[in-house]
Amino acid sequence: MVTCKQFLQELNAFLEETVDPETKKHWQEHVDACPNCFVIVDTTKKTLQVYKGIEPQTLPEDVRSRLWQALEKKMAAKKQPQV
Amino acid sequence: MTPTTSVPTGFDESALVAQAKAGDQNAFTELVNRYERKIYRLAKNITRNDEDAEDVLQDAFLKAYTHLDNFKGDSKFYTWIVRIAVNEALMRLRKRKTDRSVPLDEPVELGEETVQREIAVWEDNPEQQYSQEEWRRILNEAVESLKPDFRTVFVLRDIEELSTEETAETLGISVPAVKSRLLRARLALRETLTRQFKRKGENLLGYL
Repeated sequence: MVTCKQFLQELNAFLEETVDPETKKHWQEHVDACPNCFVIVDTTKKTLQVYKGIEPQTLPEDVRSRLWQALEKKMAAKKQPQV
Repeated sequence: MTPTTSVPTGFDESALVAQAKAGDQNAFTELVNRYERKIYRLAKNITRNDEDAEDVLQDAFLKAYTHLDNFKGDSKFYTWIVRIAVNEALMRLRKRKTDRSVPLDEPVELGEETVQREIAVWEDNPEQQYSQEEWRRILNEAVESLKPDFRTVFVLRDIEELSTEETAETLGISVPAVKSRLLRARLALRETLTRQFKRKGENLLGYL
């Protein structure tokens, strides 16, 4: 008999399916029978989904321009003499 | 189980890296173009400070440029630059010492008294209820509310999509430590977002 606590400790393995089918089946039975764990699984999946979909924020133009200034300076210092 | 990044790296990346190593500055420039936004996001997510994030961004790419010879090509360029950036970010985080994070109260402790306080289904498509800017702010603030140890692992695993092993190596911690921090981070975030997105009204446990 899987308890909620045992199940939650293995939540990531359950979500990432890094367990053997037999164990997975065991846990799935718990989830099917336990409304709380069912909701936790569902909302954790959604939590991961919203972060997967998020685009990197724009790099502010001034930050970007200072990055490139620093890089160009570095590159100029290292520049190999052209032959 | 190959870790993937959301940046299209393309088949030419190893050639690009080889060219950059051979001194082709345009090739290096192209690599910076590919990853500058992601590295800035990473830096911002870990340091939670604009000034530090900018320093991390600059120092990471300057170091990468200087030490390109040390990159052996046995990992992706992206994971290499991430590792440099994470080290820079953690250094700055330690320097600031006073961490301004609001520690989550302990609902996710998997100790004897596991209390999941927010067990409620979400509204359908919560993102549609917010402007893009507002949506991003909510998600960012939720990440920022995590303790630094949890936040860093979450950022690397679930936002930057490094593997568990790569995350462990980058942070210099064990694989089980990555796993346990990730679990706590995910549960804490789930809780924070559930407070925000839970279905209003009577039928909170909509599946019953």
